[in-house]
Amino acid sequence: MSEENGTPPEVSTEEGVRRRDFITVAATSAAAVGGGVMVYPLVSQMAPSADVLAESTTELDIGALETGQAIKAVFRKQPVFIRRLTQAEIDEANAVDVDSLRDAQTLAERTQEGHEDVLVVMGVCTHLGCVPLGAAEGENKGEYNGYFCPCHGSHYDTAARIRKGPAPSNLLVPEYTIAGTTLVIG
Amino acid sequence: MSFPWAKEYQPANGFTKFLDEKLPLPRLVYNAVGAGYPVPRNLSYFWNFGVLAGFCLMLQIVTGVVLAMHYTANADGAFSSVEHIMRDVNWGWLMRYAHANGASFFFMVIYIHIFRGFFYASYKPPREMIWLLGVTIFLLMMATAFMGYVLPWGQMSFWGAKVITGLFGAIPLVGEPLQIWLLGGYAPDAAALNRFFSLHYLLPFVIAGCVILHIWALHIPGSSNPTGVEVKQESDTVPFHPYYTAKDGFGLGVFLLIYFTFVFFLPNVLGHPDNYIPANPLSTPAHIVPEWYFYPFYAILRAFTFDFILPAKLWGVLAMFAAILVWFFLPWLDKGPVRSGHYRPLFRKFFWFGLIPCMAGLFYLGGAPAEEPYVMLSQVFTAYYFLHFLVILPIISSIERPDPLPYSITEAVLGSDDKAVLGDSAKPVTA
Amino acid sequence: MIRLVGILIGLGFTLVVLVSFGVGAYTAATEPAEKPAYYPFVLEAEGPEGGFSFEGPMGRWDQAQLQRGYQVYKEVCAACHSLNYVAFRNLQDIGFSEAQVRAEAATWQVPGINPDTGESVMRPALPTDNFPSPYANAIAAAAANNNAIPPDLSLMTKARHDGTNYVYSLLSGYADPNTYTNADGLVFSETAPDYMPATGLNFNPYFPNINLAMAPPLVVDGQVTYTAEGSPEPTVQQMSADVAAFLTWTAEPKLIERQKTGWWVIAFTLFATILAWLAKKQVWADLKRKKD
Repeated sequence: MSEENGTPPEVSTEEGVRRRDFITVAATSAAAVGGGVMVYPLVSQMAPSADVLAESTTELDIGALETGQAIKAVFRKQPVFIRRLTQAEIDEANAVDVDSLRDAQTLAERTQEGHEDVLVVMGVCTHLGCVPLGAAEGENKGEYNGYFCPCHGSHYDTAARIRKGPAPSNLLVPEYTIAGTTLVIG
Repeated sequence: MSFPWAKEYQPANGFTKFLDEKLPLPRLVYNAVGAGYPVPRNLSYFWNFGVLAGFCLMLQIVTGVVLAMHYTANADGAFSSVEHIMRDVNWGWLMRYAHANGASFFFMVIYIHIFRGFFYASYKPPREMIWLLGVTIFLLMMATAFMGYVLPWGQMSFWGAKVITGLFGAIPLVGEPLQIWLLGGYAPDAAALNRFFSLHYLLPFVIAGCVILHIWALHIPGSSNPTGVEVKQESDTVPFHPYYTAKDGFGLGVFLLIYFTFVFFLPNVLGHPDNYIPANPLSTPAHIVPEWYFYPFYAILRAFTFDFILPAKLWGVLAMFAAILVWFFLPWLDKGPVRSGHYRPLFRKFFWFGLIPCMAGLFYLGGAPAEEPYVMLSQVFTAYYFLHFLVILPIISSIERPDPLPYSITEAVLGSDDKAVLGDSAKPVTA
Repeated sequence: MIRLVGILIGLGFTLVVLVSFGVGAYTAATEPAEKPAYYPFVLEAEGPEGGFSFEGPMGRWDQAQLQRGYQVYKEVCAACHSLNYVAFRNLQDIGFSEAQVRAEAATWQVPGINPDTGESVMRPALPTDNFPSPYANAIAAAAANNNAIPPDLSLMTKARHDGTNYVYSLLSGYADPNTYTNADGLVFSETAPDYMPATGLNFNPYFPNINLAMAPPLVVDGQVTYTAEGSPEPTVQQMSADVAAFLTWTAEPKLIERQKTGWWVIAFTLFATILAWLAKKQVWADLKRKKD
């Protein structure tokens, strides 16, 4: 099927050798390039399809979210926690020496200007992807009063920063914008 | 097997030496489709179709596996999952059109491959086993293609499934329960669709296994050739590589040009518009037809319209299956010593003026509506079909006087063979 | 032995099929099958004058036309026909901006769930939603349409032979059966009085069974108002052509992308095939030379 070349049959003239080589090499390369290009759609079909990509933003009305409350929403088929922090929680987060943290970030860096009380984080533990507890009323919030991942015991503080346990980094803050009471994630 | 002059595989370096000792895969490839397989030097382009069929099988498996990643085998979701593939999946439209048209082109290639076998009587000894495996592959392909056509769950899918499983209902006594068992219900539905999907995924690998056996069996006597004279000497053959790899490469290019023209510019020409209507168990399309590659057998099925001793429906089913099964017996029906149609004047006339028009007619009539004059024409062609294989072939193979054969392939190609002039004692196969 | 059995079986099948042939021939001779009287009036679909921009291997969408077609669908067809396989986000492909799609989607109502009570409600559509069905389910559709369920239109132009032209011809081809005269000068009401449309059916020579349940949807010129600058007059023909073009896009949104890709693929394959042919000639050349 392919024009792949093995041992070239003996040819009398040197010029013949060069020409033969050129054409068989060219034909073989063309076949290889063609085959390579055919692989592209085969690989690319596994990437998210147009309908999945189209659903990659989530819109929420957070007007009814009261201080101290948190809600769970879904962003790209994964949970996202939106919490309106109490002043105590904000103070607690700001009281921490940032340099002592595993993943050094201030609360201000993790929220948006003018909405410092709205903390939006992915509900996906950065260790191995479990959903941490703490968003719903009465759940274990961990030793640092934020979120607690029951799978392997990662504790997050009120700014959802990793404080204890195996997780390597803070709960991820997705890209989002807030306009009025409308929160658009993605 | 090999001819004594076949080149032996020489591992070039330490790694290939290591491989050759532990798992001689390169040696196998070298002997199967490399320089180690001596092939008659006079093969025409009709001998490209074996390799093309192999390519089509690979193409169908690759695109099929990809489609299965997005398809839903569920009566409620199948049709829309196909639309999801067509609209939203990256390159999904290409995968689906490549697969649907790939099936058609697979059959085109296989039909040419089979008819090459008919004309050159490739089924004759010592190649009976290759032929039997080939017909088996064809049957498996038909089953696979039929079940594949059901999967989009359009109107033709549904009614095709209903009609074809209805054929089994024609069998006396066990017919009804058999049909219900096949469908897992009284009409095609979720159960049928799911099992068809499962088998549609399985059978191509069974086909691939049969293809390996087919090629294995081929390598025992070696390839046939247009003269039908067996290989006698080294000058009759050339190594498969590079001679036939180069020729097959070119053939593949021409094949792909035609295939891509259909995939990219005429992707629905070989399909039926009704299959873009979701399956509706309460409404039959005006004109149910299978895919074009089943037309000849569908025409034979419909040719039996009169209850002669047995019900017409049963006759049709028997005849349709017999029409393919008869191919299994060709090596024993056509007993003449000469293979190639080139040297069989009578056989050749019946081939070109009998079988070919008959098949062309059946191809046309299988897609025509069930009304006159189409039904009467298909009855005439069906009669000839059975006469040709079961009556004419056995008779001409005993009464025909073949034309003189060349002494060897070398003589056929070059016009002379030194050994023949020198009076080599070897005799042509016809002797 | 095999040959003898084979000959007997072969003769057997031949005999049986020839009996069928004989019976069929006798029937055909004594009771010739007649085509229904409306047959001479059925017409093949034709396209509008000048055809469509997307026809042929070099075709391109006319986005303005697709947008007009969308407008016709929305204002006329959507009253009865769904477009289930198309999402509002797809409208971006025919030249609407993201904001326009959002605004356009919001003008449609789709079934939803009240997030507080869980009740079924209608809500404005989002770009990610598919076009809604005008009826809650098939039974409702049948009940509202004298048992003829209006089919989904997403794939209509692929689900009919020569679909684009068929949609155009059907929409612009309604005629009065009392006066309709075919090319041979036969008047329908005189030649095929048995096939005059019954109540609830409408005469259309482009419909395979000549009478269909759908009442003429486009009846007067200007039924839809085209507002975009440079739009053609909304005659019945123009509206039919526009919606036929739109439905071609809904059925095969990747048509143009497919053909553009096809040209590259064909060009490359041609190039590779020529190389393969040269390589084949080269490889076989020395064999020919040895002949001498």
